[in-house]
Amino acid sequence: MKFMKALSCATVLAGCVFSSASAADMTVGFSQIGSESGWRAAETTVTKQEAEKRGIDLKFADAQQKQENQIKALRSFIAQGVDAIFVAPVVATGWDEVLGEAKDASIPVILLDRTVDADKSLYMTAVTSDLVHEGNVAGKWLVDTTAGKPCNVVELQGTTGSSPAIDRKKGFEEALKGHDNLKIVRSQTGDFTRTKGKEVMESFLKAENGGKNICALYAHNDDMAVGAIQAIKEAGLKPGKDILVVSIDAVPDIFKAMAAGEANATVELTPNMAGPAFDALAAFKKDGKEPPKWIQTESKLYTQADDPQKVYDAKKGLGY
Amino acid sequence: MSMLGLYGKRLLPQFIALAIILGLVSIAFPGFFNLQIQNGRLYGSLIDILNRGAPVALLAIGMTVVIATKGIDLSVGAVMAICGAVAASTITAGYSLPATLLITVGVGLLCGLWNGILVAILDIQPIIATLVLMVAGRGIAQMVTNGAILTFNDEGLIFIGSGSLFGLPMPVVIWITAGILVALLVRRTALGMLIEAVGVNRRASTLSGVSTPVLLIAAYVLSGLCASVAGIIAAADIRGADANNAGLWLELDAILAVVIGGTSLLGGRFSIAASLLGAMIIQSINTGILLSGFPPEFNLIIKAAIIVFILVLQSPKLQGTLAFLSRSNSTPKPAESKAK
Repeated sequence: MKFMKALSCATVLAGCVFSSASAADMTVGFSQIGSESGWRAAETTVTKQEAEKRGIDLKFADAQQKQENQIKALRSFIAQGVDAIFVAPVVATGWDEVLGEAKDASIPVILLDRTVDADKSLYMTAVTSDLVHEGNVAGKWLVDTTAGKPCNVVELQGTTGSSPAIDRKKGFEEALKGHDNLKIVRSQTGDFTRTKGKEVMESFLKAENGGKNICALYAHNDDMAVGAIQAIKEAGLKPGKDILVVSIDAVPDIFKAMAAGEANATVELTPNMAGPAFDALAAFKKDGKEPPKWIQTESKLYTQADDPQKVYDAKKGLGY
Repeated sequence: MSMLGLYGKRLLPQFIALAIILGLVSIAFPGFFNLQIQNGRLYGSLIDILNRGAPVALLAIGMTVVIATKGIDLSVGAVMAICGAVAASTITAGYSLPATLLITVGVGLLCGLWNGILVAILDIQPIIATLVLMVAGRGIAQMVTNGAILTFNDEGLIFIGSGSLFGLPMPVVIWITAGILVALLVRRTALGMLIEAVGVNRRASTLSGVSTPVLLIAAYVLSGLCASVAGIIAAADIRGADANNAGLWLELDAILAVVIGGTSLLGGRFSIAASLLGAMIIQSINTGILLSGFPPEFNLIIKAAIIVFILVLQSPKLQGTLAFLSRSNSTPKPAESKAK
């Protein structure tokens, strides 16, 4: 068996079309960070579903937020001689050695959701979303929806200094460039949480004439938007009508708000990072085609027109 | 001096600090003191401060008593998360509101009992004993909610977080009532003095017949109780239990509120009212920063600068120096006048 694997690896390396490994009998090791957020839990669920759909044997290892556990898991995958390794790296640095070991064993490594500070030759590809693009999609929606009408926007930022907060802000501002009708009047951090989102929105409403000066809210994640929606309601305004609400992530609860007409749009950070990774892997195993070093996942825009109740029902069971 | 006058003097530094901060915020944001009636309740930034400060105010009540015994309770933030999670999961499991509240408060009491036994019976240092639950608590909360934000729609439970009574938001009514009850309990009985005695010298109090273990356990149980109520409020406010973020770092804010209130971390004399003022000072800073419209990068720096300023003002060394300077100014020293 080992000999067969070595042979198949050798043939792939030689660029030969002949290969014994089709998707159906592949074994893939997946080292997940942990389950620190609902999104992370959903990513785990979707990865398992995607593997099952393709008949791939997925070996799952939960690192519980520790890099040392991930390195241990990777070494164990290498020792077991898996066909490929997926890893969602918990930190960016310190991967050179273990990725080198995987390379020496000719096991392709695919990074999910996050990237690492290591030589690009050490991994096959990285499947991630583009945070700047997400902000851009949200901004474009607002530009299209307001259609030139003057509109004061308030922004709930993510945790100060975190890369999603920086990039989602940047992308949104880029989309607003050249549209002078849209003005960001207030921008403050809500730490990605519902509680802070609600508290900060309360202060925005007070500061902007009881909310009468605010025409739209842009939140860097859905949780803050859900908190802010409650603050808007308690101030006697109608979220989704008096104040437009656009946010990012597409967690189930925002679809519930959209179904009730209280949120307007959300940009999906898809938990399906594994699907594109499996596809790239299958193509590589089939004819040795190297995927590009970065596979960008789709940042899909959902609005009230997309049957939010149905999306909510579909997403609810994913472990968000 | 009358009782009230004494009390006023004790709280004077806190009142001055609060007044200065409110004054500063009203300069940065002119509509700050506006109050109006909306949806049958008072509405305005001042009400926001009272309302948003509720969790820290409640935690500060329990923390004051614990600190007065020369202890500290680092677990209150995690206990908030546990209790929020328990409340959300019991109400979604179909239990009635009274049952949910009883179970949740019971869990809070158990957490306090655990801390109390570690400190009073096993004699573990409070900072370490409560660190155990601080670390483990968030994990327990995540186990209860399965790592997701557990939402609920029970109107009764939501009312505790965002309803109103006598024109005030429910959380405000709850923390003010809790503060008055606990203050009466410790000041209208000998309990307060016994707690102070334990804090000043545990051994001496035990030798003079104070049942120290019972008092210590009671202090931590009270802290757990306060944390559970704060946890219910935090969950009810957002209609969901967020195990990752509910009460995160609030134990530090609660300790800070007690310290701003002038209670020494070395135990002994304490004042619940001063700690509550401390909690409102912290929340005024938070709300003020949000209203003033500074970029978020400045939030923590501004908060720290104001707090350092308040603490320096309260420092006994500085007050001693100020008193000395004012005395030497009003009565010139004879030695100096001779030299001239």
